[in-house]
Amino acid sequence: MGMTMTQKILASHAGLSEVKPGDLIMADLDLVLGNDITAPVAIDVFDKIKAAAVFDKHKVALVPDHFAPNKDIKAAEQCKKMRMFAGEHEITNYFEIGQMGVEHALLPEKGLVVAGNLVIGADSHTCTYGALGAFSTGVGSTDMAAGMATGKAWFKVPAALKFVLTGKMNQYVSGKDVILHIIGMIGVDGALYKSMEFVGAGIANLTMDDRFTIANMAIEAGAKNGIFPVDDRTIDYIESHSQKEYTVYAADEDAEYEQVIEIDLSTVKPTVAFPHLPENTRTTDEITEPVYIDQVVIGSCTNGRLSDFSKAAKIFKGHQVAKGVRTLIIPATQKIYLQCMELGYFKTFVEAGAIISAPTCGPCLGGHMGILAAGERCVATTNRNFVGRMGHVDSEVYLANPEVAAASAILGRIADPTEL
Amino acid sequence: MKAKGKVFRYGSNVDTDVIIPARYLNTSDPSELAQHCMEDIDADFVKLVKAGDIIVADKNFGCGSSREHAPLSIKTAGISCVIAADFARIFYRNAINIGLPILECPEAAADIEAGDTVEVDFNTGLIINVSKNKTYQGQAFPEFMQKLIAAGGLVNFINEQ
Repeated sequence: MGMTMTQKILASHAGLSEVKPGDLIMADLDLVLGNDITAPVAIDVFDKIKAAAVFDKHKVALVPDHFAPNKDIKAAEQCKKMRMFAGEHEITNYFEIGQMGVEHALLPEKGLVVAGNLVIGADSHTCTYGALGAFSTGVGSTDMAAGMATGKAWFKVPAALKFVLTGKMNQYVSGKDVILHIIGMIGVDGALYKSMEFVGAGIANLTMDDRFTIANMAIEAGAKNGIFPVDDRTIDYIESHSQKEYTVYAADEDAEYEQVIEIDLSTVKPTVAFPHLPENTRTTDEITEPVYIDQVVIGSCTNGRLSDFSKAAKIFKGHQVAKGVRTLIIPATQKIYLQCMELGYFKTFVEAGAIISAPTCGPCLGGHMGILAAGERCVATTNRNFVGRMGHVDSEVYLANPEVAAASAILGRIADPTEL
Repeated sequence: MKAKGKVFRYGSNVDTDVIIPARYLNTSDPSELAQHCMEDIDADFVKLVKAGDIIVADKNFGCGSSREHAPLSIKTAGISCVIAADFARIFYRNAINIGLPILECPEAAADIEAGDTVEVDFNTGLIINVSKNKTYQGQAFPEFMQKLIAAGGLVNFINEQ
C-alpha cells in the first residue's frame, strides 16, 4: 500500500520502510521547540528524568514569545527559568528579546526547519511548518521534555484527508480565507487525529505566507498536521533561509486517503469566523447585520508575516481608523518589523491611527497587549475565537484575514475591503 | 485500577482556554492552576469538585492549545477520570503523559447526566452508571499506552528504560 507524505516522513524517521495508519512508532526528532509558557513545565519534567542531558543543543529551540516582553513578575520568572535552562545546557537556538519573534514565524525565517524534517513543539501551532514539506506537530510539555532528553517521540501514524486545491484566489482573499473555508466545511474536529494533505495545481498560486497560514490552522480542524508538497517556491524559500540539508518527500500515487475534498480557490470568498469556534464561518457577503467592533489585531503566528502587513497597509493608506477602534499591529519577528519600517508601512499604520507593538503572541491568547473587557468585540487575524480567548469571558473574537481586519478597523464594523 | 465519583457534565469542544484560561498561565504551579480549573465554562466547578469526581463531555474534549496545564489542573483539582465521546489529540497525549486517566465512549457521553455516580475500570474500559444502573463499554487503552500508564507516565517510562 502506498504512503502519504506524512507517513513517509514518519517512516523514515522511525527507520522503517513502511508504516500504516494506527501504527505506534518511536521516531527521531530534528527539532524540539518550546516557549515561555510550555518550556517551564517541560524543564520541571526534564529535571525528573534520570541523568538528563539535552540530546543535541542545536536541535532545541526556546522562544520567549507568549508573555514576553515580560508582562508581569510571574511571567518574568517563567522567562528567567527558560533563559537559565538555555544557558546551562548551551542551547544555541534560544532567542532573547531583540532576536525573538513569534515562534512559528521565527523558526522558518531562521532556517531551523526544512523539508523532510520531523519537528515537535510544545505549542499547538507547531503544525505551521507543514508549509515547508516537513512533518511538525504540537505536543505537551512532558513530550517536549522527553524529546529534549532522548531526541525521540512516540507517534500514532495518522490517516489522512486530501485537499485538492485548484484555481486562483481572487482579490482580498488569502490563505486565511482558504483555511477558514475548510474549517467551516469540516468542523473543528473534522480532521481529528488525522493529517491534512494539500495537493493540486492551485498550490502553485499560493505564496509561502499563504501556505504557512493554512498549515498553521490545521490544528483548528483537530488535525495532527497539515502538509504541502515541495515545489520550486518551497525550495527557493528554504535555500534562501537555511543551510540545512533538506529531503523532498512526495505521496505515493496509491496512497490512501479517508476523504478527498476538492476546493476551487477562485470560489473562496473573504471569510470571518464568528464567536466562539473557528468553524462558525460566514463569508463577508453573508453578514447582513452590522457587527460593531472595539478592537482590531493584525499579527500572530497565523497572519503576522510581511505580506500580511503589506496587504493591510494598502487598505489603510489614506484612511483613518474609526473612532473608538483600538488597532494593534504586531509584526511577528524582528526581521518583519524592520522590513515593515523600511517599506514605509509603519508610517501608513501610525498615520491611520494604529499602534505598533514589538513581536509577541500577546493578545492572541489573552496574555497582554490588547486584552478585551466584558462585552467588547475584536476582529483579529489570529487563530482562535474561543470563549474568553482574548480577555473577559464575555468578550468576542472574530477571525479574519488582514485586509478584512484593516477594512473593519476603518469602518468600525466587520467589513469587506470592497466597501471602502 | 478503578475510579468512582460524581459527574460534572459538559458539551462538545470544551477547549483548553476554558479549562485553564491563559491569564493564569504565568505560573506552572499545579495547585495554583487547579484553583482556576474550568473557570470560564463553569465558575462553580472548583467550589463543588471533590476528590474522585469525574468529568463527562461530548466530542473533541480539550481542543485548542497544547498547554499541559489543562490536564494538570483537572488532575490536581481532584478529577479521577475524564470520559468523552472523543478527545482532541494533544490533550489525549498530555493526559496519558501526566497520568490523568481518560476514556473514549460515545455511548456513555450521550447517556450520563450531571450528578450521576459513575464507576470506571481502566483495565477493561467498563463504565458503570451507578445512579442509572447501566453499563457502557469504553475503549480500553492500547497496550503501548497501558505500559506508559503502568509506569506512571512518560517520565517514569523513560527512567525505567
